[in-house]
Amino acid sequence: MSTDRPSVNSPEIRRLARVIEPGHSYGSVTDKISSIVLTRPVSIGWLAGFAIAFSLLMLMTISIAWLITKGVGIWGINIPVGWGFAIVNFVWWIGIGHAGTLISAILFLLNQKWRTSINRFAEAMTLFAVACAGIFPLIHTGRPWMAYYMFPYPSTMGIWPQFRSPLIWDVFAVSTYGTVSALFWFVGLIPDLATLRDRATNKAAQIIYGMLAMGWRGSARHWHRYQSAYLLLAGLATPLVLSVHTVVSFDFSIAIVPGWHTTIFPPYFVAGAIYSGFAMVLTIAIPLRKAYDLEDFITMRHLENMAKVMLATGLIVAYGYFFEFFMSLYSGNKFDVFLVEQRLHGPYAPYYYALILCNILTPQLLWIQKVRTNVVVLFVMSLVINLGMWLERFVIVVISLTRDFVPSAWGRYQATFWDYSTFVGTIGLFVTLIFLFVRGLPAISIAEMRELVAHTSEDDK
Amino acid sequence: MKVPHANVCYGLLGEFDTPKELMVAARKVREAGYHRIDAYAPFPVEGLSQALGLGRKHDLVPMITLIGGLGGGLSGFFFQLWVNASTYPLNIGGRPLNSWPAFIPVTFELTVLGASLFAVFGMLAMNKLPQPHHPLFNVARFKRASNDKFFLCIEANDPKFHLEETARFLQGVNAQHVIEVRDED
Repeated sequence: MSTDRPSVNSPEIRRLARVIEPGHSYGSVTDKISSIVLTRPVSIGWLAGFAIAFSLLMLMTISIAWLITKGVGIWGINIPVGWGFAIVNFVWWIGIGHAGTLISAILFLLNQKWRTSINRFAEAMTLFAVACAGIFPLIHTGRPWMAYYMFPYPSTMGIWPQFRSPLIWDVFAVSTYGTVSALFWFVGLIPDLATLRDRATNKAAQIIYGMLAMGWRGSARHWHRYQSAYLLLAGLATPLVLSVHTVVSFDFSIAIVPGWHTTIFPPYFVAGAIYSGFAMVLTIAIPLRKAYDLEDFITMRHLENMAKVMLATGLIVAYGYFFEFFMSLYSGNKFDVFLVEQRLHGPYAPYYYALILCNILTPQLLWIQKVRTNVVVLFVMSLVINLGMWLERFVIVVISLTRDFVPSAWGRYQATFWDYSTFVGTIGLFVTLIFLFVRGLPAISIAEMRELVAHTSEDDK
Repeated sequence: MKVPHANVCYGLLGEFDTPKELMVAARKVREAGYHRIDAYAPFPVEGLSQALGLGRKHDLVPMITLIGGLGGGLSGFFFQLWVNASTYPLNIGGRPLNSWPAFIPVTFELTVLGASLFAVFGMLAMNKLPQPHHPLFNVARFKRASNDKFFLCIEANDPKFHLEETARFLQGVNAQHVIEVRDED
């Protein structure tokens, strides 16, 4: 720890490289994280934030109730743009949901220690984002009470789903993803629920956490099977997370619409999903660590690493945009060439330029370390990237659908109040769930932090 | 026949401060010939199960997962084939009914789903969880097994178990506290 070490070990570099601040013991980690749930009083800030989020959630329920009453005509969708906001928002949310499992599963397999303090709430974020995503295709069906038709069940009508359709693949991909993410999250929570059970002082909390912990007692035999199940889940979730956005991209790329029918879609959708997911993790992590004094656990190292992942995936996305254009022009297909012109000069060109600004130009600032370690700039940038990724899906859905093969089929798309209210409402749902999660469950994995304390204290010796 | 509400001894619990001490003690306890033992820790301690002499054979979770994955994938694939080629054939543009590549995405998802469900529920079942009551929960200090202390339990049904001798033995391997675990049966 002395300052007369070589410059690589300068205090500044060491500070940036830490995944946990020094001086923590098993007990202090437990105290700090569980106290957020068990002893900390509800703050005015939490109440205010929750109130705002909850009112937006109410806006969502009103919007959906009105939609079910009146039908999808209250939205701006039309022929040719039958998809509109519902699908744009679906793809946006499901993309955000990718970072949680990526952090939990892929970084776990790669033995990246810095994932430890961010994986729990990133997984929670994944679940909540998938919940928001799931709403859109459901209400977009027009008759959500018939949605069970999509599942194969022996109906008295004798009909079955068409398994060659990407829309059915989507049903399976998203529901599997939701289920496996929930399992992964819950398995990770079991030891921490036992901690909360043992530390809770009021009866209700003891009973609730006690039931959820299922009698976990930390036996070595149990840990042994637990670890092998966790590792297997990580191995299973890794291809799953890549498959989900691949299947989502099939919804587009299997159609013959110009701008959709390209083989670059699966990898470029997956990269975009991770990109937006990490942006959302930063959007949540930065206020969270500030509000609950978790700077010791969510260190600059975490923020900087997430910024680097955003930069890398942002570059893959940029590569995707470039080759989308290049292949359109190189193919010489007049519909594809025309689509490029429409993106650059058509009625929705401002959206396209805003997309390039948000997704490609702004993140280049992340090459600079000062930017990566500036919390405020990172927070703003995460919001800009979230916006950019939403614009990307808007551009893909709307420009292609309004300008397909025959001019007589061209059209325009204008979102209505109800489109916006439903979208903002799902953000309300998401934030409400995040607020409840932070108060009800440990936002950082306590058991894994103890493991980290054990490892770092060994390293110091 | 057991007498109801008889207060029986479940075993002796030794408490340790660090995972290292627990590991050393676990090895010694095993070398002394005890078999009905278990250790409790607030996080997975590397090598602890080996120190306790639990081999790979104790871990059926990977096999259960494999069965779940194979079951999910195979049943998913043949189910789609049966639906779309046999019971409800849809002729779209004269394409073959057994268009198996189109069934792969759902097959893949169901493989992962089957394997994951089996992994999690298999793990819980092998661990005999949920288990609302366990004698160890009668010990007040055991609450710290989910916080910052490490425990080693020699169970009373071990053939070598003797209340005083085993207690002395546990103190001999540096247990901070030795507690008798009792249970109302």
